[in-house]
Amino acid sequence: MVVQHLDGNMLAGPLSEVFAVEPTTALRRCPHCRLVSSLAQLHVYGPRPGITARCPGCSAIALRLARHPDALWLQLGGVEGAFRFPLAE
Amino acid sequence: MNTLSPGFHGHTRPRSDRLPPGQYPTEQFPVLSAGPTPDIPTSAWEFALTGTDGERLRTWDWTGFGDLPQEEPTVDIHCVTRWTKWDTSWCGVSVDVLLEGVDTSASHVMAESYGGYTTNLPLADLTGGKAWIVHTFDGLPLPPEHGGPARLLVPHLYFWKSAKWVSGLRLLDRDEPGFWESVGYHMYGDPWHEQRNRSD
Repeated sequence: MVVQHLDGNMLAGPLSEVFAVEPTTALRRCPHCRLVSSLAQLHVYGPRPGITARCPGCSAIALRLARHPDALWLQLGGVEGAFRFPLAE
Repeated sequence: MNTLSPGFHGHTRPRSDRLPPGQYPTEQFPVLSAGPTPDIPTSAWEFALTGTDGERLRTWDWTGFGDLPQEEPTVDIHCVTRWTKWDTSWCGVSVDVLLEGVDTSASHVMAESYGGYTTNLPLADLTGGKAWIVHTFDGLPLPPEHGGPARLLVPHLYFWKSAKWVSGLRLLDRDEPGFWESVGYHMYGDPWHEQRNRSD
Protein backbone atom coordinates (compact mmCIF):
# COMPACT_ATOMS: atom_id res chain seq x y z
CA MET A 1 0.00 0.00 0.00
CA VAL A 2 1.34 3.43 -0.95
CA VAL A 3 1.03 5.96 1.83
CA GLN A 4 -0.04 9.32 0.45
CA HIS A 5 1.32 12.47 2.02
CA LEU A 6 -1.00 15.31 2.90
CA ASP A 7 -0.96 18.90 1.67
CA GLY A 8 0.98 21.10 4.08
CA ASN A 9 -2.06 23.34 4.39
CA MET A 10 -3.50 20.80 6.83
CA LEU A 11 -0.88 21.99 9.38
CA ALA A 12 -2.64 25.32 9.76
CA GLY A 13 -5.26 23.87 12.12
CA PRO A 14 -2.98 21.89 14.46
CA LEU A 15 -0.32 24.60 14.59
CA SER A 16 -2.80 27.37 15.30
CA GLU A 17 -3.47 25.64 18.61
CA VAL A 18 0.24 25.48 19.44
CA PHE A 19 1.07 29.04 18.52
CA ALA A 20 -1.97 30.48 20.24
CA VAL A 21 -0.59 29.53 23.66
CA GLU A 22 2.09 31.29 25.68
CA PRO A 23 5.11 29.28 24.54
CA THR A 24 7.74 29.73 27.22
CA THR A 25 6.29 27.08 29.56
CA ALA A 26 6.56 24.43 26.85
CA LEU A 27 8.77 21.51 27.89
CA ARG A 28 11.28 19.64 25.81
CA ARG A 29 13.61 16.71 26.38
CA CYS A 30 16.95 17.27 24.66
CA PRO A 31 17.63 14.36 22.27
CA HIS A 32 21.37 14.69 22.93
CA CYS A 33 21.70 14.90 26.72
CA ARG A 34 18.12 13.97 27.80
CA LEU A 35 17.75 17.06 29.97
CA VAL A 36 14.14 18.23 30.24
CA SER A 37 13.84 22.01 30.19
CA SER A 38 11.25 24.63 29.43
CA LEU A 39 11.53 27.06 26.54
CA ALA A 40 12.20 29.75 29.10
CA GLN A 41 15.28 27.84 30.29
CA LEU A 42 16.91 27.53 26.87
CA HIS A 43 20.09 29.50 26.23
CA VAL A 44 19.33 31.99 23.47
CA TYR A 45 21.92 33.63 21.17
CA GLY A 46 21.03 36.52 18.91
CA PRO A 47 18.74 38.14 17.92
CA ARG A 48 20.91 39.12 14.91
CA PRO A 49 21.39 37.74 12.38
CA GLY A 50 18.96 35.20 13.86
CA ILE A 51 17.88 33.59 17.13
CA THR A 52 19.53 30.31 18.11
CA ALA A 53 18.09 28.63 21.23
CA ARG A 54 20.17 25.86 22.77
CA CYS A 55 19.77 23.20 25.47
CA PRO A 56 20.97 24.60 28.80
CA GLY A 57 22.70 21.29 29.53
CA CYS A 58 24.68 20.47 26.39
CA SER A 59 24.24 23.45 24.00
CA ALA A 60 22.62 21.33 21.29
CA ILE A 61 20.31 23.45 19.14
CA ALA A 62 16.62 23.38 20.13
CA LEU A 63 15.27 25.91 17.66
CA ARG A 64 16.34 28.63 15.24
CA LEU A 65 14.33 31.65 14.16
CA ALA A 66 15.32 34.28 11.60
CA ARG A 67 13.16 37.29 10.83
CA HIS A 68 13.42 38.69 7.31
CA PRO A 69 11.40 41.59 5.87
CA ASP A 70 9.00 39.26 4.07
CA ALA A 71 9.17 36.03 6.06
CA LEU A 72 9.85 34.45 9.41
CA TRP A 73 11.94 31.27 9.17
CA LEU A 74 11.56 28.79 12.02
CA GLN A 75 13.45 25.53 12.47
CA LEU A 76 12.16 23.30 15.25
CA GLY A 77 14.50 20.32 15.32
CA GLY A 78 13.93 16.87 13.87
CA VAL A 79 12.11 13.71 14.86
CA GLU A 80 13.29 13.92 18.47
CA GLY A 81 13.14 16.90 20.78
CA ALA A 82 9.43 17.69 20.38
CA PHE A 83 8.06 20.63 22.33
CA ARG A 84 5.26 19.80 24.78
CA PHE A 85 2.84 22.70 25.22
CA PRO A 86 0.70 22.35 28.35
CA LEU A 87 -2.94 23.13 27.58
CA ALA A 88 -5.47 24.71 29.87
CA GLU A 89 -8.09 22.24 31.14
CA MET B 1 55.83 31.30 10.43
CA ASN B 2 57.23 30.74 6.98
CA THR B 3 57.35 33.10 4.01
CA LEU B 4 55.53 36.35 4.63
CA SER B 5 54.00 38.04 1.61
CA PRO B 6 52.76 41.56 2.11
CA GLY B 7 49.06 41.89 1.36
CA PHE B 8 47.36 44.81 -0.29
CA HIS B 9 47.89 47.53 2.26
CA GLY B 10 45.61 50.50 2.00
CA HIS B 11 43.09 51.33 -0.67
CA THR B 12 43.30 53.77 -3.52
CA ARG B 13 39.52 54.30 -3.62
CA PRO B 14 37.99 56.85 -1.23
CA ARG B 15 35.88 55.38 1.57
CA SER B 16 32.74 56.95 0.13
CA ASP B 17 33.08 54.51 -2.79
CA ARG B 18 33.72 51.58 -0.47
CA LEU B 19 30.42 51.56 1.47
CA PRO B 20 27.95 48.98 0.09
CA PRO B 21 24.27 50.01 -0.03
CA GLY B 22 22.42 49.89 3.30
CA GLN B 23 25.62 49.79 5.39
CA TYR B 24 27.03 52.23 7.97
CA PRO B 25 30.71 52.47 9.02
CA THR B 26 31.77 51.57 12.55
CA GLU B 27 35.03 51.79 14.47
CA GLN B 28 33.84 48.94 16.73
CA PHE B 29 34.18 45.25 16.03
CA PRO B 30 30.75 43.89 17.05
CA VAL B 31 30.55 40.24 18.16
CA LEU B 32 27.65 38.18 16.79
CA SER B 33 27.37 34.54 17.71
CA ALA B 34 24.94 31.65 17.36
CA GLY B 35 26.32 29.73 20.31
CA PRO B 36 28.89 29.54 23.09
CA THR B 37 32.46 30.41 22.16
CA PRO B 38 34.38 27.15 21.72
CA ASP B 39 37.66 26.74 23.59
CA ILE B 40 40.13 25.36 21.05
CA PRO B 41 43.75 25.12 22.23
CA THR B 42 46.15 25.34 19.30
CA SER B 43 47.67 22.02 20.46
CA ALA B 44 44.33 20.35 19.60
CA TRP B 45 43.51 22.46 16.52
CA GLU B 46 43.25 20.69 13.21
CA PHE B 47 42.13 21.89 9.79
CA ALA B 48 40.87 19.42 7.17
CA LEU B 49 40.19 19.65 3.46
CA THR B 50 37.52 17.06 2.60
CA GLY B 51 36.60 15.82 -0.88
CA THR B 52 33.12 15.50 -2.35
CA ASP B 53 33.09 11.79 -1.41
CA GLY B 54 33.82 12.56 2.24
CA GLU B 55 37.48 11.55 2.02
CA ARG B 56 39.88 13.74 4.00
CA LEU B 57 42.29 14.95 1.33
CA ARG B 58 44.64 17.00 3.52
CA THR B 59 44.96 17.95 7.16
CA TRP B 60 47.14 20.45 8.98
CA ASP B 61 47.94 20.88 12.64
CA TRP B 62 48.80 24.29 14.08
CA THR B 63 52.54 23.91 13.45
CA GLY B 64 52.08 22.66 9.91
CA PHE B 65 49.66 25.49 9.18
CA GLY B 66 52.19 28.02 10.46
CA ASP B 67 54.81 26.61 8.09
CA LEU B 68 52.67 27.47 5.04
CA PRO B 69 53.27 30.78 3.20
CA GLN B 70 51.57 33.59 5.09
CA GLU B 71 49.86 36.71 3.70
CA GLU B 72 48.76 39.95 5.34
CA PRO B 73 45.54 41.18 3.73
CA THR B 74 44.07 44.56 4.72
CA VAL B 75 40.40 44.60 3.74
CA ASP B 76 37.00 46.16 4.48
CA ILE B 77 34.43 43.82 6.04
CA HIS B 78 30.65 44.08 5.74
CA CYS B 79 28.20 42.45 8.19
CA VAL B 80 24.63 41.63 7.11
CA THR B 81 23.47 43.45 10.27
CA ARG B 82 24.57 46.59 8.35
CA TRP B 83 27.91 47.56 9.87
CA THR B 84 31.06 47.97 7.77
CA LYS B 85 34.56 48.12 9.22
CA TRP B 86 37.29 49.72 7.13
CA ASP B 87 40.86 48.49 6.64
CA THR B 88 40.93 45.46 8.92
CA SER B 89 44.40 43.83 9.02
CA TRP B 90 44.84 40.11 9.16
CA CYS B 91 47.52 37.45 8.76
CA GLY B 92 46.89 33.97 7.47
CA VAL B 93 47.09 31.47 4.64
CA SER B 94 45.46 31.97 1.25
CA VAL B 95 42.90 29.27 0.43
CA ASP B 96 44.75 28.98 -2.90
CA VAL B 97 47.68 27.48 -0.97
CA LEU B 98 45.44 24.92 0.74
CA LEU B 99 43.88 23.85 -2.57
CA GLU B 100 47.11 23.86 -4.59
CA GLY B 101 47.32 20.77 -6.78
CA VAL B 102 43.88 19.47 -5.77
CA ASP B 103 42.08 18.12 -8.83
CA THR B 104 38.36 18.54 -8.25
CA SER B 105 35.13 19.04 -10.16
CA ALA B 106 33.51 20.59 -7.07
CA SER B 107 31.37 23.67 -7.66
CA HIS B 108 30.89 24.72 -4.03
CA VAL B 109 32.43 24.45 -0.59
CA MET B 110 30.95 24.08 2.88
CA ALA B 111 33.08 25.82 5.49
CA GLU B 112 32.78 23.88 8.75
CA SER B 113 33.57 25.11 12.24
CA TYR B 114 34.21 23.91 15.76
CA GLY B 115 30.85 24.23 17.53
CA GLY B 116 28.88 23.10 14.47
CA TYR B 117 28.55 26.31 12.42
CA THR B 118 28.58 25.94 8.63
CA THR B 119 28.36 28.28 5.64
CA ASN B 120 28.29 27.56 1.91
CA LEU B 121 30.25 29.34 -0.82
CA PRO B 122 31.04 28.81 -4.50
CA LEU B 123 34.54 27.34 -4.83
CA ALA B 124 35.41 30.17 -7.24
CA ASP B 125 34.87 32.69 -4.43
CA LEU B 126 37.55 31.04 -2.30
CA THR B 127 40.24 31.00 -4.99
CA GLY B 128 42.17 33.63 -6.92
CA GLY B 129 43.46 35.51 -3.85
CA LYS B 130 39.96 36.29 -2.50
CA ALA B 131 39.92 34.21 0.71
CA TRP B 132 42.18 33.27 3.61
CA ILE B 133 42.27 31.23 6.80
CA VAL B 134 43.45 33.90 9.25
CA HIS B 135 44.87 33.55 12.76
CA THR B 136 46.01 37.12 13.49
CA PHE B 137 44.02 40.36 13.70
CA ASP B 138 45.65 43.77 14.08
CA GLY B 139 48.99 42.13 14.83
CA LEU B 140 47.71 39.96 17.69
CA PRO B 141 46.43 36.36 17.89
CA LEU B 142 42.78 36.31 16.80
CA PRO B 143 40.66 36.45 20.00
CA PRO B 144 38.21 33.56 20.54
CA GLU B 145 35.16 35.85 20.36
CA HIS B 146 36.21 36.84 16.85
CA GLY B 147 36.82 33.25 15.77
CA GLY B 148 40.26 32.38 17.10
CA PRO B 149 42.40 30.45 16.85
CA ALA B 150 41.51 30.67 13.15
CA ARG B 151 38.61 31.84 10.98
CA LEU B 152 37.77 32.02 7.32
CA LEU B 153 38.08 35.50 5.76
CA VAL B 154 36.08 36.15 2.57
CA PRO B 155 35.78 39.94 2.63
CA HIS B 156 33.89 40.39 -0.66
CA LEU B 157 30.85 38.58 0.80
CA TYR B 158 28.77 39.41 3.91
CA PHE B 159 30.77 38.51 6.99
CA TRP B 160 28.58 35.54 8.06
CA LYS B 161 30.38 33.73 5.23
CA SER B 162 33.71 34.28 7.04
CA ALA B 163 33.15 31.37 9.43
CA LYS B 164 34.60 31.74 12.92
CA TRP B 165 36.47 28.79 14.54
CA VAL B 166 36.87 27.17 11.14
CA SER B 167 37.87 23.51 11.22
CA GLY B 168 37.80 22.68 7.55
CA LEU B 169 36.51 23.06 4.01
CA ARG B 170 34.32 20.36 2.49
CA LEU B 171 34.10 20.28 -1.31
CA LEU B 172 30.57 19.93 -2.72
CA ASP B 173 29.19 18.82 -6.09
CA ARG B 174 26.26 21.20 -5.66
CA ASP B 175 25.29 24.14 -3.50
CA GLU B 176 23.83 23.33 -0.07
CA PRO B 177 22.57 25.81 2.55
CA GLY B 178 24.70 26.31 5.65
CA PHE B 179 23.65 27.42 9.15
CA TRP B 180 22.12 30.83 8.37
CA GLU B 181 21.32 30.06 4.75
CA SER B 182 18.94 27.31 5.94
CA VAL B 183 16.80 29.87 7.78
CA GLY B 184 16.35 32.33 4.96
CA TYR B 185 19.67 34.08 4.51
CA HIS B 186 20.96 34.45 0.97
CA MET B 187 22.89 31.55 -0.55
CA TYR B 188 25.60 33.89 -1.94
CA GLY B 189 25.54 37.12 0.12
CA ASP B 190 27.04 39.86 -2.08
CA PRO B 191 26.97 43.11 -0.06
CA TRP B 192 27.14 45.24 -3.22
CA HIS B 193 23.84 43.73 -4.37
CA GLU B 194 22.33 43.64 -0.84
CA GLN B 195 21.88 39.89 -1.04
CA ARG B 196 20.76 39.56 2.58
CA ASN B 197 17.73 37.25 2.25
CA ARG B 198 16.50 34.57 -0.09
CA SER B 199 14.10 37.04 -1.72
CA ASP B 200 16.81 39.67 -2.42
